[in-house]
Amino acid sequence: MFDSQTAATYNLETVGDQENDFILNLGPQHPGTHGVLRVVLHMDGEYILSADPVLGYGHRMQEKIAETLTYTQVLPYMARMDYLSALSYNQAWVCLVEKMCGYEVPRRAEYIRVLTTELNRISSHFLWFGAFLLDLGAFTPFLHAFEDREKILDLLETLTGSRLTYCFFRFGGVGADVDSVFLKGAQDFVDHMRSHLASYHDLVTGNVIFQERTRDVGVILPFDTWGYGLTGPVLRGSGEKYDVRLREPYSIYPELDFEIPVEQTGDCLARYLVRLQEIEESLNIIEQTIAGMPEGPIRSKVPKIIKPPEGEATMSVETPRGELMIYAVSDGSKIPYRVKYRVPSFANLSIFSKMAKGQLLADALAVLGSLDLVIPEVDR
Amino acid sequence: MNRSYAKDIATGLASLLTGMKVTMTTMLTKGHTVEWPREAAQVPLMFRGHIQLVANKDNGFAKCIACGACARACPSNCIEVKGAKPEGAKKKSPTFFMLDFTTCSLCGLCVESCPVVAITFSRDYALAGFELQPFAGMDLLKDVASPFVEERNDI
Ligand code: SF4
Ligand code: SF4
Repeated sequence: MFDSQTAATYNLETVGDQENDFILNLGPQHPGTHGVLRVVLHMDGEYILSADPVLGYGHRMQEKIAETLTYTQVLPYMARMDYLSALSYNQAWVCLVEKMCGYEVPRRAEYIRVLTTELNRISSHFLWFGAFLLDLGAFTPFLHAFEDREKILDLLETLTGSRLTYCFFRFGGVGADVDSVFLKGAQDFVDHMRSHLASYHDLVTGNVIFQERTRDVGVILPFDTWGYGLTGPVLRGSGEKYDVRLREPYSIYPELDFEIPVEQTGDCLARYLVRLQEIEESLNIIEQTIAGMPEGPIRSKVPKIIKPPEGEATMSVETPRGELMIYAVSDGSKIPYRVKYRVPSFANLSIFSKMAKGQLLADALAVLGSLDLVIPEVDR
Repeated sequence: MNRSYAKDIATGLASLLTGMKVTMTTMLTKGHTVEWPREAAQVPLMFRGHIQLVANKDNGFAKCIACGACARACPSNCIEVKGAKPEGAKKKSPTFFMLDFTTCSLCGLCVESCPVVAITFSRDYALAGFELQPFAGMDLLKDVASPFVEERNDI
């Protein structure tokens, strides 16, 4: 189906006519790639014949670095991979080490973890919302979303001390306890967003220009989703109800009542709708964790020097971009023998070549934006 | 001009007007930015600026016992501590405490690892400059009194 569309959009008379084809470099410094991603586009006029992402501009050897540091020292590096959802990464690493060593986590700590991670998820979706619409040429929604995102950052700053690259979770608990001021702030935010989200739909979702730009653009077929290893809202926009929080539940997610939003059409609009619905679901989760916040300790006793027993373990969490899996092998020493990150953005980027083929350049940017890539996460 | 075309224009116009309404109402609300440096934003209690040494209440000397736990805990090797025993004292005191703030990730592992709670985060947020040196070699001891005054003057 995709290829018949492709054929229809090509100008058949000039295709393959070498004189009219040209190479266009999108990036590595281009506002539409949101980071140092370079895409080599083979163009025929405004149409894309082929698109090849070139990676590695931000490669920092995260996996190798992890093999030289102790388990505790790896923790701050987690936030540097996906700087928009640092807490999900925090969670993956602490849960992995807790799994390897068999540490207990107090209930209150689990609640705080879920509460803060979901706030982080919303802030990540807000940033994506602003950046995606900026790609489509709309500037107002960007400011609109950042105003609300700022509220979350301020809130998390009072708890964690940082605004973006959080290093807040600890093995066997969290770094600081929430107080009534924080809980009230979070509840106020939920109430505010519930009513305010309608203005997002007024401003953007119903807008004809937005709909024309996103409907039936960059369709991902359900068949492709598994082949390319897509996860997160990109996958759920194509009708697959897959979410790690549902399929391999961790922390207290099984006890919470929330939906996994799914859209069937697989185009940019579907991915947009899934993310906006996810914001609502995250609000639900936050409200439940505030209401059910148990009393008790926030950290269990764990040894100062962490030496997991020999063996290997994996841990998957759902980040705002999809499934993050960390695999670690321990040889019984205090330094991991091997660490492997399976990051969602990398897999989601892999389908871009296929989707961009035959598209207009402006549509390809919309597609790129709808994938919600974080380039340091792709390169790590 | 057929009817569906006219209808498209009507719905399109309606959607644009709805959007404009949001923009217009937002325009009438108060601004959200703080005009720094003319006014200062509130710094939250947990704010993480660069790390600093905590002074002992009695004598103003650094609480630090120069055990080096923070330097070992730091993932980026940005702390360098040297210490010696002042005459007549039971515990060591730092003679040299240098932070390389350019590689510090403000993770807080040093603060947590300190056995005597001798370091905290400062609340200094205006950390920008045109030169590297003030940040690459931050002498944390200069903010606290030290029993090694003469030696330090030689540095
Ligand atoms: S905050 Fe982290 S990176 Fe900075 S000095 Fe302390 S341990 Fe090192
Ligand atoms: S861990 Fe504390 S006492 Fe030890 S050297 Fe560092 S600041 Fe000083």
